[in-house]
Amino acid sequence: MITNSTMKSSSISKSTNANLMMLLKTVGHGCKRIIRNPLTAAGLVVVILLLVIAVFAPWIATHNPLAQQLSNSLQAPSAEHWFGTDEFGRDIFSRLVYGSRITLYIIALVTIIVGPIGLAIGTISGYFGGIIDTVFMRITDIFISFPGLVLALAFVAALGPGLEHAVIAIALTTWPPIARLARAETLQLRKADYIVAVQLQGASATRIIFRHIVPMCLSSVIVRLTMNMAGIILTAAGLGFLGLGAQAPLPEWGAMISTGRSYMLENWWLVAAPGAAIMLVSLAFNLLGDGLRDLLDPRN
Amino acid sequence: MLTFQLSNKRFKHFFGGLSSVAITLLGLLALTFFIGRVMPIDPVLSVVGPDADNSTYEQVYKEMGLDKPLYTQYLYYLNDIAHGDFGNALLTGRPVIEDIARVFPATLELATVAIIFGIVIGIPLGVYAAVNKGRAVDHIIRVISLFGYSTPVFWVGMIGLIIFYAWLNVVGGSGRVDLAYDGFVDPVTGMLLIDSALARDWDVFQSAIKHIILPAFILGLNAVSFITRMTRSFMLEQLSQEYILTAQVKGLPKRVVIWRHAFRNILVQLLTIITLSYGSLLEGAVLIETVFAWPGFGQYLTSSLLLGDMNAVVASILLIGLIFISLNLLTDLLYRVFDPRTRK
Repeated sequence: MITNSTMKSSSISKSTNANLMMLLKTVGHGCKRIIRNPLTAAGLVVVILLLVIAVFAPWIATHNPLAQQLSNSLQAPSAEHWFGTDEFGRDIFSRLVYGSRITLYIIALVTIIVGPIGLAIGTISGYFGGIIDTVFMRITDIFISFPGLVLALAFVAALGPGLEHAVIAIALTTWPPIARLARAETLQLRKADYIVAVQLQGASATRIIFRHIVPMCLSSVIVRLTMNMAGIILTAAGLGFLGLGAQAPLPEWGAMISTGRSYMLENWWLVAAPGAAIMLVSLAFNLLGDGLRDLLDPRN
Repeated sequence: MLTFQLSNKRFKHFFGGLSSVAITLLGLLALTFFIGRVMPIDPVLSVVGPDADNSTYEQVYKEMGLDKPLYTQYLYYLNDIAHGDFGNALLTGRPVIEDIARVFPATLELATVAIIFGIVIGIPLGVYAAVNKGRAVDHIIRVISLFGYSTPVFWVGMIGLIIFYAWLNVVGGSGRVDLAYDGFVDPVTGMLLIDSALARDWDVFQSAIKHIILPAFILGLNAVSFITRMTRSFMLEQLSQEYILTAQVKGLPKRVVIWRHAFRNILVQLLTIITLSYGSLLEGAVLIETVFAWPGFGQYLTSSLLLGDMNAVVASILLIGLIFISLNLLTDLLYRVFDPRTRK
């Protein structure tokens, strides 16, 4: 038994090693092609920059993002406060820097929730077909029949405002396109010779779906998830703006715009900087997603 | 009239589509029912008020059917909606359906002006990009349209207000019309531009134009991006076809080849795209109306949300879902009617 399992694991590790090499090769090749397109490269740079800023926020920020100093409120941008200060005298630049963590937190959490759910529903639906497919796809249709923000609004209304609830609400609105995509891919794979071969070997449906179909769907699902990230950022910002997402004093970009709104006609910097940050990051993810799609689309 | 031309097969197909719409609709109702149920607001308390004693509370609780099992409550809910009864709004105390009918024209007006911007700017940009594929112009247009996708509309709205209202003072500020003109024109259609034109009150009309131009343009930005991108890809598909080459070989002017040959063939596709983006403007309207204090449907939805007005929220969401489903059905139908290739 022991030898059997060690043999098995060693053969698996060998094959994963080979897979890993293949993957690295593909990724390396892909990176080269990404860099060749300046727009995609620009998107990639901004996304990496966002990650760096979020990780090193305490070293990059010039002030404490939460420290109020009322005597110093509503100051225009200056050498001391690069992007000015808000109505409580907090440094806007430092708040933006820390806000990048919230943005990434939302994106990461939504993606982690949505990816597996969408994949599971899509592949199961596509593999089994019939009544399971009909039921799952009907449910997907219902969710798709709403614009994202409105459905998210409804869910936040049901759950109550807050950052975690906003994440759940956004996740509930973003899984259907992933599920549809995974289903479409599965439908093409289902009749493939290698799947039939595994079926004849007596593999269970679970094994076929998770070991043989899901890996094949991954690349297109990842592209779709990247393109979704721009939408996630905008929806999260919209919820924050309406006061239903992250709550004060968290420096979430949408919420910063929302509170700055009361002072904006005289103090434009309160809303200009956070909005520009949202736009830049969302644009970067769009460019990156666009580039990835071109890369993986065989027609190009 | 159209149904007469539909062959039996297509007739069946269309009604097959309708039945699947009916199922989606039931699901939509279930979803809104569920949202209304799990809202952290006590529906009884909002009726009886916080000072009511226990027996009143119990009585209302039973009257509202809340002691019944969930599926019975769902059936009650379906019954109410079938009779057009969405309950009363907390804020106004009037039936929700009346409230929505009152605020909806403002949104319709805003969205219509926005989609006109989207069409007038988006289509020429898309055609131009396709004709100049791969050149600098194409890349510039692509980046512009990506900007349209990536900017938060509510932020652009604020920046627009700061620049064009506070600094340059070339547009009107919040609301649909200057305060001095508020209530001057009796609502006929509810759309101020049409109402004031009908009443020949050109001062109000001018003020209304100054107020609608900025929010509508900004709301339309997303539609501009979408229409540009889709027009470009539809045009590219046509331009690569052989009949275009034939037309060119015949020595037809470029303008004729592009507009009379290629463009005419993408009209049906464009029509469906425009219908779809018209619907998705509702989403942006929720945010833009909040920024511009535009007294429309979007603002009604968000203010009801913040108040915790369950009836108003559920009805609004249901309406948006309905609009989406019908627009989808409409595009499907447009395709079948206008595109001979989908007929079998």
